[in-house]
Amino acid sequence: MIPELGHVSLIIAFGLAIGLTVVPFWGSMRTNVSAMNLAPSLAVGVLVFTAIAFGLLAISFLRDDFSVAVVAANSNSLLPPLFKFSALWGNHEGSLLLWVLILAGWMTAVSFLSRGLPLVMIARVLSVMGLIAVGFLAFSLLTSNPFERLLPNTPADGSDLNPLLQDPGLIIHPPLLYMGYVGLSVPFAFAIAALIGGRLDASWARWSRPWTNVAWGFLTLGIMLGSWWAYYELGWGGWWFWDPVENASFMPWLMGTALVHSLAVTEKRGVFRSWTVLLAIFAFSLSLLGTFLVRSGVLTSVHAFAADPERGLFILVFLAVVVGGSLLLYALRAPTVASRVEYAVISRESLLMVNNLIFIVAATIVLLGTLFPLVMDALSLGKYSVGPPYFNAVFVPLMALLMPFMTVGPVSRWRQDSPRRWLHELLIPAIAVVVLAPVLSVMLFTFNLWVALAVLLAGWVSLGVLRGLWHRLRVGSTAALQWHRLTPSFLGMTLAHIGFAAVVLGAVVVTQHSEERDLRMAEGDSADLGGYRFEMTRISQQPGANYVADQASFLVTKGETVIAVLTPEKRRYLASGQVMTEAAIDAGILRDLYIALGEPVGEGAWAVRLQYKPMVRWLWVGAFFIGLGALVTALDRRYRVQAVARQGTDVANQGLEFAG
Amino acid sequence: MHPHRKQRLIWVSLIVVLSSAAIGLVAFALRDNINLFYPPADVVAGKAPLDRNIRLGGMVVEGSIERSDTSLTTQFLVTDYEASVAVRYTGILPDLFDEGQGVVAEGRLDETGALVATQVLAKHDENYMPPEVAAALEGKSKVSLGPVSP
Repeated sequence: MIPELGHVSLIIAFGLAIGLTVVPFWGSMRTNVSAMNLAPSLAVGVLVFTAIAFGLLAISFLRDDFSVAVVAANSNSLLPPLFKFSALWGNHEGSLLLWVLILAGWMTAVSFLSRGLPLVMIARVLSVMGLIAVGFLAFSLLTSNPFERLLPNTPADGSDLNPLLQDPGLIIHPPLLYMGYVGLSVPFAFAIAALIGGRLDASWARWSRPWTNVAWGFLTLGIMLGSWWAYYELGWGGWWFWDPVENASFMPWLMGTALVHSLAVTEKRGVFRSWTVLLAIFAFSLSLLGTFLVRSGVLTSVHAFAADPERGLFILVFLAVVVGGSLLLYALRAPTVASRVEYAVISRESLLMVNNLIFIVAATIVLLGTLFPLVMDALSLGKYSVGPPYFNAVFVPLMALLMPFMTVGPVSRWRQDSPRRWLHELLIPAIAVVVLAPVLSVMLFTFNLWVALAVLLAGWVSLGVLRGLWHRLRVGSTAALQWHRLTPSFLGMTLAHIGFAAVVLGAVVVTQHSEERDLRMAEGDSADLGGYRFEMTRISQQPGANYVADQASFLVTKGETVIAVLTPEKRRYLASGQVMTEAAIDAGILRDLYIALGEPVGEGAWAVRLQYKPMVRWLWVGAFFIGLGALVTALDRRYRVQAVARQGTDVANQGLEFAG
Repeated sequence: MHPHRKQRLIWVSLIVVLSSAAIGLVAFALRDNINLFYPPADVVAGKAPLDRNIRLGGMVVEGSIERSDTSLTTQFLVTDYEASVAVRYTGILPDLFDEGQGVVAEGRLDETGALVATQVLAKHDENYMPPEVAAALEGKSKVSLGPVSP
């Protein structure tokens, strides 16, 4: 009974989403206030019924209702309850439901937090988002019904959640990532609504900017968690594989990065308007493309859900409609919204343009490398794969090119600036960094040209940002005034840029200075790596909740001091019989020590992989700062002030004013 | 020149320079870093190049896995039920690597026609089959490959 109720609420949500697409939009074209006023209630309705469906599916998982197909395929009675719950989104059908739930959440948030917006705008934004919800709900109901039953042949027990996914990282990685993916639909909807209304101004940019920053911040955190999860869970100590599905999340991130910066220009200076709109369309299109890549089964990837051509076709058509439709609208309307504001070549506008160009080129390059094998295959020209060396060869120089500009940007002035002033601002950081780079890279490790360059660039970015911070503090005369000048948007930017510098530094150091040995080890054997001694002291069997593990104990020493006792495991999961590696890590700011067990190789010996990973944590801490910075910017007072200031005025009047 | 035009000219040239540099980089990087996939039958027929990395996929032949007693080198046969190719790999194999399972190995062919692999990928869960392997095996096998969708 419960699954059927869930199915029914999903159908009701679908009906409400159709209403949300049609009614407020019709109202906005006919200036019918009551039709437009329906938008927020309909959005809430979609959320409520999707949430009911989601909750009922969760109940089916928690109650081990193996008559539901997805429960039987992805859960097991031995699974700990928390993993039963997260198993809900460890599969195609359930994760799609999560996608829709989060979309409905964003719609509701927009309708509650945008009370100051003209009614016409709210109606159109929500109706565009409603259209996206219609597409995904139809996708769920028609091709991937999560409530499908296995009656009367109900299995006695489920075939278990893939052990790789039985991990706390998986509980939060997909929701965070989807918050980002789906959140990009908000700036997209704002862009489409603005194109329809033919009005794109600074206040439009001010509305969509906090939403974009928050969505992009979540996307950053989601990608970061995914990378971290892959590092400790997959057992080979890598943190980025240029796997097509990683790329699927990275492309919207790159495009979103361009969008976040271009929105800043549009808000502050009113330029780049049509450009910003185009970026918003691209960013969301790439996030839809990512969905297509992951769910259509066209990819070979650890992430890919099982193939079903019907599903692939559905998303491909949806993708074509959304991208094609919005680009067509753009082509028709963009000329009417273009801006005519002057700025000099030497100005902050230009630097942000450089940022935009670099990130778009980067996204294009990743897109090329990801789609190349698919296109070749589709044209029957052979089955190719494009490996990490391609991506590294093109991506690394681009990021290196980006960083010098990244420092100048925040200290430069809008409209017009001079290289002389830049020199004046940045001479001291430049000297400091040139002196520090070789010294630091030698002090930390042996000298390495790439690390020295990374220290140089990362130092350059951080010192430039700190210089900007100092500037702000110096200008105010009292402490209160100084504090006031540190607006959340400024602090957020500072955090994010320093985070980026940390990511670059971590990535280069871990790539250049990592050490790795694959060994055959038995009890009593020891090996040296990265200045540490690893001794295997014991091998034993340990029972777990739903698995049995072969556990090895390692004593890690440096000289005479004991550093850690590490216990990597090889687990065999009882329900599926699947074997999985559980790596043991001794984490630190400057280095991780990483041990993973391979397979038994006879006579009590095991294949063992030892790794020394210097500064690998900086990657995730840095990425965390980037995401956090983006979220902080949304707290800026000016976004709230505008909402309050607008509340007094007559909403209907504003609606009329905008409809023209 | 009109300032607006001048501005536009600068941007257009910047975009042209940046994108041609990017295209150059892409072409250069693609040249060495794309690997073509070959089923074992093609390798045995001599269709695969010897001087560059290739990807080989198929099923691991039952009883063909031989492990060295002193090192981490493993040798096994990969088949598409028409022909089989020996693969040699030193290092840790993925968790789901096993006899009778689908596998993709990446590396170079040596003069004996064996593949010296730098990377071995197995499927990541019970139900999943790498698409290349599924395509290479299609119509050639009497045994079930297992469901492609759960």
